[in-house]
Amino acid sequence: MPLHIRTYHDLTEADRSGLGEQVGAQRRRVAERLAPVQRVVAVMSGKGGVGKSFVTAFLARALARAGRRVGALDADLNGPTLARLLDARGPLAVTAGAVEPVAGTDGVRCVSMAHVLEDGKPLAFKGPEGDAFIWRGALEAAALRELLGDVAWGALDVLLVDLPPGVGRLHELVDLLPKPPDVLTVTIPTRESADAVRRALHAARERGTRLLGVIENMAGPQFPGDAGDALAREFAIPLLARIPFSPQDAVWGELAARI
Amino acid sequence: MKFLCVECDRQMTFEERRLPGDGTLAAAFKCPSCGRVVAMLTNPMETRLVASLGVKIGGSTVGPEPLETIRANVTSGRPDAFTDDGQRTTEHAVTWSAEAQDRLSRVPTFVRGMVKKIYADYAKERGIDEITPAVMDTARAELGLEGM
Repeated sequence: MPLHIRTYHDLTEADRSGLGEQVGAQRRRVAERLAPVQRVVAVMSGKGGVGKSFVTAFLARALARAGRRVGALDADLNGPTLARLLDARGPLAVTAGAVEPVAGTDGVRCVSMAHVLEDGKPLAFKGPEGDAFIWRGALEAAALRELLGDVAWGALDVLLVDLPPGVGRLHELVDLLPKPPDVLTVTIPTRESADAVRRALHAARERGTRLLGVIENMAGPQFPGDAGDALAREFAIPLLARIPFSPQDAVWGELAARI
Repeated sequence: MKFLCVECDRQMTFEERRLPGDGTLAAAFKCPSCGRVVAMLTNPMETRLVASLGVKIGGSTVGPEPLETIRANVTSGRPDAFTDDGQRTTEHAVTWSAEAQDRLSRVPTFVRGMVKKIYADYAKERGIDEITPAVMDTARAELGLEGM
């Protein structure tokens, strides 16, 4: 005689675990925390080493000096540098239900995994050896969710999110936020940088983000090429700034005025 | 997830959660008709995967602490990362036995404040005046505090 098996929804009594509800509550927590934030701007590049964190930090400072209330979230969990660039030193204060961001240079409110990790130590998680490839990605996504939703960002005009190279963290960010962020894209002038950044720009556009423009960093004879102009043309977005190796302060103020 | 007692055609009810060791998470369910109890056992990898999502099998009556998943899972955290001694909300309501304090002192500083607050909130919610190692064990199982 065949077993009479029913579906999950045939069983009408509550699911005690309510995993779906728990995940929903996590997302609501992020949405509620970011409700007073006027704008989330992700700083991305498909390529590493182009100066995303440098641009994020100096743009954040310029925006703050222009009177904006600015937060800076270091979403590069494995290579966090933003806290040092902003001279935002821990420890992190835990208050009622949230972690307070640290005030860095020019009053930029910053949280970074650098505040959490021991100096010089890589981001390491507890768990059974040998199968970390299964759960590490989920843990990093959860960490990003908590840095968005468990930090008392408060009322901000802009929250800059410094992404690591590639597009994986951008996808996570889009999934976690109540609406897609604006995106600033950083490249260096070279052709290979354009190749990588182009892929990231396509991904960002496909996810419904608003592309604010391209910033060409390290412009000058050291890195020949026209990646900034080429990408701006291709995606019909502005080239917001061309930043030399040793930029004058005025560069950042001009960039801030365009954001 | 839900469990069906096929013989009775009844949904089984959640009974309890345990952490019996070796990374196993056990959740017991009972048929309200015939009384049969089954235990779902996750292997350590499955337990880790669930914990990675920041969710708890069997649910939880205590709300999440700030950065709970990070603090409960990062092993390379700096001892002075957080300023939180876990006493603010409950220090007047709950006492800790010497054995419980000793056990708490072995929790890494990185996560100790959060763990202390979770246990204190658990005790307060249930009207427990003194936290002992037995209370800590029960709380770990009931709250699904894998690894804490």
